[in-house]
Amino acid sequence: MVKIYNLYIFNNAGTLLHYAEWNRTKQSGITREHEAKLMYGMLFSIKSTNKYALHFYETPTGTKFVLNTDSTAGKMTEFLKNLNSQIFVEYAVKNPMVDLSQPIKNDLFSAKLDAFIKGSSLYVS
Amino acid sequence: MSRQTSRLDAKKVNSELFTLTYGALVTQLIKDVDNVDDVNKQLERMGYNIGVRLIEDFLARSGSGKCYDFRDTSEKIQLATRMYLGVSPTISNWSPSGDEFSLVMDNNPITDFVELPDSHMGLKYSNMLLGVIRGSCEMVQLEVSCWFVQDQLKGDNTTEIRVKLLRKLEDSVPAGED
Repeated sequence: MVKIYNLYIFNNAGTLLHYAEWNRTKQSGITREHEAKLMYGMLFSIKSTNKYALHFYETPTGTKFVLNTDSTAGKMTEFLKNLNSQIFVEYAVKNPMVDLSQPIKNDLFSAKLDAFIKGSSLYVS
Repeated sequence: MSRQTSRLDAKKVNSELFTLTYGALVTQLIKDVDNVDDVNKQLERMGYNIGVRLIEDFLARSGSGKCYDFRDTSEKIQLATRMYLGVSPTISNWSPSGDEFSLVMDNNPITDFVELPDSHMGLKYSNMLLGVIRGSCEMVQLEVSCWFVQDQLKGDNTTEIRVKLLRKLEDSVPAGED
């Protein structure tokens, strides 16, 4: 059994041909057209790889992590949680010189993040 | 500071150094800003800036998810106080509508060596704590207001912080192109 929330059908030009929803409790607060455009935009940019998995993790404060991997990946929630607690919190949040309302330009953060990903047992190039 | 889990032990800070550092900061602020009300305001603002970042650390360490109600929130604040200040406040005096509670501390560690001189009775020495609560709650879409009901520095038996939920903030929607 699975809960079905909503369905988008797009044509090849990105026009939303049909939209339907069931059991959708949360509205996005933007117009349907805009939401469809955002959804299509995401698909468009993601489609350059044929097979992928998109992993999403959001902290209660609203920081969002989106990780794209190949489709062999299992559940990556734990991985993203660790990325948050060991890298983002430690090297971005706790560094008062990092402005969290702006893109992070911090070499230490980038280096640690890179090392975290490459040092992970899951990583293959 | 005595912290809860052994995982945090590597980062222990001597509690007297912490207490004295806070004291030095308040003292310097009083020298720089001569109006006590402004000192209170500045302390609160500094706390706010700490709170908006500290909550990220709290959530990462405690693994907390979203709160279901304000009672849930009060327990998280209690846990956070234990983690970061090493004291366990009691939660009491809930308002009937459940939007307001008190955090009562028998002992406020940041005031360990402090006695307020008569000339500074208007000083809210621990005002930074209120800012921390306000800042961290704001990051999880809760607008709260906090004030001191009792303060051991003013001769009360306990330190009592009142926390009131004003409203829930809406998740921000990304700006559209149009």
